Amino acid sequence: MIGKNLFYLFIFPGLLFTGVVGLIIGWVDRKVSARFQFRVGPPVFQNFYDIFKLLGKEVIIVKDSVKFLFVASPIIAFATLVFISMTIGVSLFFNDGFGGDLLVVMYLMMVYSVMLVLGGSSTGNVYSSIGAGREVKLLLGDELVFIFVCLIPIIKSGYSINFEEILAAQSDGVFGGSISGVIGFLAGLLCIQAKMALKPFDIPEAETEIVEGPLMEYSGPLLAFWKLNHHLMYVAYPFLLIILFFGGFNLVGIGILWAILKYVGIVVLMIILKNTNPRLQIDNALKFFWKILTPIAFTGVILAVLGV
Amino acid sequence: MGWKNKQLSKSLWVFHVSGSPCNNCDIEILDLLTPKYDVERLGIKLVGSVRHADVMLVTGVINRKIAPKIKKLYSQAPKPIFVVSIGTCTPSASVFKQSYNRVDNPEDVIPIDMYVPGCPPKPEAMIEAVAKLIGVLNE
Repeated sequence: MIGKNLFYLFIFPGLLFTGVVGLIIGWVDRKVSARFQFRVGPPVFQNFYDIFKLLGKEVIIVKDSVKFLFVASPIIAFATLVFISMTIGVSLFFNDGFGGDLLVVMYLMMVYSVMLVLGGSSTGNVYSSIGAGREVKLLLGDELVFIFVCLIPIIKSGYSINFEEILAAQSDGVFGGSISGVIGFLAGLLCIQAKMALKPFDIPEAETEIVEGPLMEYSGPLLAFWKLNHHLMYVAYPFLLIILFFGGFNLVGIGILWAILKYVGIVVLMIILKNTNPRLQIDNALKFFWKILTPIAFTGVILAVLGV
Repeated sequence: MGWKNKQLSKSLWVFHVSGSPCNNCDIEILDLLTPKYDVERLGIKLVGSVRHADVMLVTGVINRKIAPKIKKLYSQAPKPIFVVSIGTCTPSASVFKQSYNRVDNPEDVIPIDMYVPGCPPKPEAMIEAVAKLIGVLNE
């Protein structure tokens, strides 16, 4: 039992699988973005080179920083994301009563943001603390919408927070096919865009104004952990949307093709959103989340209760 | 040499330092990073923080005002770091040769690994310099 769980955590849906798929999907991201700008783009294994290079460099621990938090936050964030991807992946690929729990995943996703805030504010750099502050504000914006988004599949599956029961409730028709499901999926896509700090909502890590924000003072292996976290999110969060709205994977015969299509489709949607939108200001982002997206997501919840 | 250098040669992240230039070389560096030349093919990326950098591109005459700052930036960078000077000004100070304000020898400030002469050098020349740097790393 312990051996099986360790296998889940480190090899198949966990660390190794998610890392490799995430780094390759990161290449898809960079390649598609390059084609948007009429460029050629990097080679397939570019992200692997980047990570291995960063692992081989010197790590500088800033003198004015809170050293414990500075070192611990990327590693705890990494562990959190490995745990998220394991929980989601086991429910998605195996159906053996592992019992992945939606509430745990929601909490762990918040822990990642908290770690980014702690890491950014521990460095003693002005730009890093601005980035950390913006991350807090963005978290305030997207968290309520994300909770509404998660409520929709919970209500539609008969008030269950277990991934396997949510998947079982979708066996005769996916939630993404109903009106409330479509609303939930679109709002969830934007929430994930904000949680991953991709283009319209890359306010905490704005490279051109606050120089990657919280990551500014990180170097070497610690920076490699942050970069790897970003790639792990590229796998875990679309998988979560697939569980909540598209009925998971059916890995026999033509189902494998469908599974790849679902995943790549969501990722390409995210990349298109990223490449066609400029960065919002933080107040506009909050206005967008609170005044526009929250009522829409709440309408979705009401429609789900009414059974539409 | 070795596995580490091979990874390094495939993803050189570039940090741009202006050591009091006339801005021509900086504009050429920006040209280098445009879609026409697309250095992301070679794994080269412009980063905003020196903590992430592998290569420092130094432009311009290094004068006495900027020299301590460049020295500080160099000491802040994580250590396998290469310094490439862009333009004729850094080694020879070209038209600013008579200036009272310049540092006599830029190598006193930071160790420079490679010079790309030209006023300003073409982006092709910079790509060739980077290719040579990759060749040195892979030896």
